[in-house]
Amino acid sequence: MSRDQILAALRKNQPEPVPLPLAIPTDREEVTGLVTKFKTVAEGIGSTVYLPDSLQEIQTTITSLFSKEKRMLTTVPELVSAGIPEFLLNEDPHTYADVDVAIFKADLGVAENSALWLTEDQMGIRVLPFITQHIVILIKISGLVADMHAAYQKIGTADYGFGTFIAGPSKTADIEQSLVLGAHGPRSMTIFMYV
Amino acid sequence: MLNKILMSGATKTHPELSETFNQDEARVDWHDETLWWIRQKRDKSANSIPEWETLREKASQIKNHVLSELAGYLVSFEEKAKANGVIVHWAADALEHNQIVHSILEKHEISQLVKSKSMLTEECHLNEYLEQKGIGVIDSDLGERIVQLAKEPPSHIVLPCIHKKKEEIGDLFHQHLGVPAGTSDPQILTEAARRHLRETFLTRKAALTGVNFAIAETGEFVVCTNEGNADMGAHLADVHIACMGIEKMIPKRKHLGVFLRLLARSATGQPVTTYSSHFKKPRKGQEMHIVLVDNGRTVQMGREDFRASLKCIRCGACMNTCPVYRRSGGHSYHYAISGPIGAILAPNLDREKYADLPFASTLCGSCSNVCPVKIDIHQQLYKWRQVIVKEGYAASSKKLSMKLMTFTLSSPGIYRTAGKAGRWVLKHIPFAVNNQFNPWYKQREMPAVPKESFGEWYKKENQKG
Repeated sequence: MSRDQILAALRKNQPEPVPLPLAIPTDREEVTGLVTKFKTVAEGIGSTVYLPDSLQEIQTTITSLFSKEKRMLTTVPELVSAGIPEFLLNEDPHTYADVDVAIFKADLGVAENSALWLTEDQMGIRVLPFITQHIVILIKISGLVADMHAAYQKIGTADYGFGTFIAGPSKTADIEQSLVLGAHGPRSMTIFMYV
Repeated sequence: MLNKILMSGATKTHPELSETFNQDEARVDWHDETLWWIRQKRDKSANSIPEWETLREKASQIKNHVLSELAGYLVSFEEKAKANGVIVHWAADALEHNQIVHSILEKHEISQLVKSKSMLTEECHLNEYLEQKGIGVIDSDLGERIVQLAKEPPSHIVLPCIHKKKEEIGDLFHQHLGVPAGTSDPQILTEAARRHLRETFLTRKAALTGVNFAIAETGEFVVCTNEGNADMGAHLADVHIACMGIEKMIPKRKHLGVFLRLLARSATGQPVTTYSSHFKKPRKGQEMHIVLVDNGRTVQMGREDFRASLKCIRCGACMNTCPVYRRSGGHSYHYAISGPIGAILAPNLDREKYADLPFASTLCGSCSNVCPVKIDIHQQLYKWRQVIVKEGYAASSKKLSMKLMTFTLSSPGIYRTAGKAGRWVLKHIPFAVNNQFNPWYKQREMPAVPKESFGEWYKKENQKG
């Protein structure tokens, strides 16, 4: 059996055990610094960042930004309104192919690369953050960490079926290194950071 | 099929294929400058992290550790993945890998597959195998789709169609996707591909992805893309097959912190890829498979001098910086993985077929300097040369010139005469060396002739007292 062959060959050929290195100390930056850093990096990779004062402001901004879009969904109950229906689960992922705007809430954001961590429970259904034409993510400022080491410290041993870091709209530079936003996934990413 | 010729490499060597690429000087300059620009973006990104060198060192040490306990980590990964509801397969070689993928598709009566980037499947020639079995494969990464339409292999592991001009891509899309003739705007071309591939994602029942990192502690695996194509495929399909070389293992989830900080910055200068997706359990109603592939890796593990090549995280930084790669193009390497890292991986699989590759380098060491996991690439290239010459696989022209050189350098008298003769030839009958029979004259100007050798000058100065 190939499994046993491979393992036997490795046990024969592996070098003497080498220890793991010590972990890199986690960077502890001031919260104000994290917000500025996150915003700068996010805008640098094509996201739009808002720092709203209230939930009401988030709602009005979303409504005005996407007034022309047809199908909008929110997985964040606080944002449900006449124009933005709540996400309802249909186990066939293909039924979300016509979603124009999908709204999510993350609990973890990374300042050094502006990535936001979403797990399956926060997505409603796995395909949604990818298949939607535009993505909107809310993040509390208290959810920001400096770097990826701190991010994984916060994720810890959490159990999830699927989780992903999302940093910006989907993009490609495969044609002569010209950056094009909207490769297969969202064409835009809007982030609301609030207290 | 061009694809086959390039991939089999039976016909042409690196110097011959480079010569073809070098016929269009303007294109070579463009290729060179584009890759150097990416190298500069990498530098800018790396320099923005004060602890960059510490990160490289940690990544290197983590990988050294993994290699020393790989068997144990694979067993632990398998156990966790199975507990997560994932079906785990083991493949000794490319053929077994291809058979496993085919058998999964056959079981589900699926005849069409959508595939995101996986250099392993390129290494195994999966597409050709499946096509022979009547299964259609569509590559969903934009660059890979472009080279697939052109019936070519990727020329770069991160930037598969870096050798293609937008006008050529426009022609391909006109021919295959119905774009108006003469279109060359990247925005319009990408939009056309988006529509074409969305249709593909929505209609395929099976999706295959590669794996960037597999975590022994949790049984999950991470796939990084900018386009979101791996996720679009996997989350819409009933069957997800993830294929990985056994060296992709890392011990714990927290180690992703180190590798995800290094990967995209080294590859393109981005702070991180748009998506870093962690697949742990199949979606409800979905079947998820992982294929663990050896294909020569356990043998490489046993070669002390070359073992470190298994630390590679496939970022492509060594290609972008390589003065030879930038001017010879990825196809000149006639192996799935081009550039310096390909040149040290390929001879492990076939020393005769890839005997030319370790010589496709100036040994300048730039590749080793940018490698995020500190592989001693240029030293391995040098060591492979010795193995290849010793085993008798070196090209006959190389063997002859080496012998001649040994003969000349072994006697001071012969050395002096040869030097004098060389200078006389260059001065009086330059056409005797400046011709097509001298490989050193290709793409090079011969040097100006010195009046005398250093030896002659020194003797004269000494006599002057």
